[in-house]
Amino acid sequence: MKYAYYPGCSLHATAVDYDESTQAVAKALGVELIEVPDWSCCGSTPAHCTDELLAAALPAQNLLAAKAVADQVVVCCSACFSRFKFAQKHIEEKDDLRAQLSETMPIDEIEGMQVRHLIDVLVRDVGLEKIEQAKQCDPQLKVVCYYGCLLTRPPKVTEWDDPEDPQMMDDLLRAAGMETIDWPFKTECCGATFALTRTDIVLRLTAEILQMAREVGADCISVACPLCHANLDMRQDDIRKKFGVECDIPIFYFTQLLGLALGLEKRDLGIGRALVNCDELLTAKGLA
Amino acid sequence: MKYVLDQEKIRPDLVRTIERLSGEDVRQCYQCGKCSAGCPIAADMDLPPNQVMRMLQLGLTDEALDSRTIWLCASCETCTTRCPREVDLAAVMDALRHEALRQGRKSPIRQIPFFNRTFLRLIKKYGRVFEMELIGRFNVGTLHFFKDVTKAPRLFFRGRLKLWPSFKGRKTARPAFQAVKNAQRHEPAEPPAADESAGNPTP
Repeated sequence: MKYAYYPGCSLHATAVDYDESTQAVAKALGVELIEVPDWSCCGSTPAHCTDELLAAALPAQNLLAAKAVADQVVVCCSACFSRFKFAQKHIEEKDDLRAQLSETMPIDEIEGMQVRHLIDVLVRDVGLEKIEQAKQCDPQLKVVCYYGCLLTRPPKVTEWDDPEDPQMMDDLLRAAGMETIDWPFKTECCGATFALTRTDIVLRLTAEILQMAREVGADCISVACPLCHANLDMRQDDIRKKFGVECDIPIFYFTQLLGLALGLEKRDLGIGRALVNCDELLTAKGLA
Repeated sequence: MKYVLDQEKIRPDLVRTIERLSGEDVRQCYQCGKCSAGCPIAADMDLPPNQVMRMLQLGLTDEALDSRTIWLCASCETCTTRCPREVDLAAVMDALRHEALRQGRKSPIRQIPFFNRTFLRLIKKYGRVFEMELIGRFNVGTLHFFKDVTKAPRLFFRGRLKLWPSFKGRKTARPAFQAVKNAQRHEPAEPPAADESAGNPTP
């Protein structure tokens, strides 16, 4: 199984642990990921808030770069995933947009390219059975899966299983021997892009998510987006200071948890790079 | 809040622009309020999302274009996903932001378009985001010099903060910015919003 791999800006910076764990897990499961040569930013939220053409043009350019590698592009960041899927939809549906783009790029060449999230590839292409067979231990972790916004919504664009009660990440971690707890905040918004501009909103939203995770008895939260991770992991001190509530809980990328079950080294999975310490939890569960 | 329906203020032409940009028909909305009920940011908005739709239905485009709502919308897509009339509200919010920017309106929450502008400038310059410069420029531009600075060393020692930008994506991003530049060249210099009398309905 060979795919083009688009890491995106975060995975080469603040979410380097997501990149490390993705590569390690893919290797262990025989998924060949080849990085898109000279990829650029997808434009993220600032592009689609500013200019529709730019928001379609940046993903289109990266799809063109990816085509040199494979017809399927694996994206891990939910925001990038969303921007790629939106761009494809808009380019397909809007003739004037396609005409404007064709002036500077061979836009017809990206037709038929598939943008896939890593979870989708692991569940549908690799298969849960193979993951069950490949796991080396049953990590006795109680996990809540946090999908956030852009992985699942809007379903017409993301083509995810269910926008209100998604299951794919739960299925994946259960196959890897973890207990996933059903909880009502799977797809709540963490405030995402307002991390810098309106931190107060992010604190209010993340405080609710973190507290709910603790309330349902989770040991940790599993995420699939670098922005969700940043907001949930980096803001716990601030929340404690602002609201005076206990909210500390380790945040993992789903790839890190999967890697633990596959018996991979913690260092290779980037575990320990998060601000919230997870040593105590992993020692208690015999995963240290 | 009281709104006055004034012949002078009603702008069906601008409503059509928003509809064209978003691909949505604002009359589809039947004001059930489901979008506002599910909106995670509604509490911070001046107009909840369903009222933005109402303003557009009434032709009160100033209220919509100058609202805090369009800048506080996080594009979480909850409204779009849940709307029983399948109105893509997130697309309407995008269209309102684009139109507000095109008209040069001042955002009531200036730091948000400032952040977007700064972010895109860095993409143009480097091809990829360079967080250090983004945060630095944002803090200087908003005069919050020490916001989140205590986090920087903690991230750095965990290998999550880069000190130098990467230029690798510049070549890939360039045609995208060129496409925008070409499109702006084709656009008429005077925004079509100038003919105010043309679009007003007769009473």
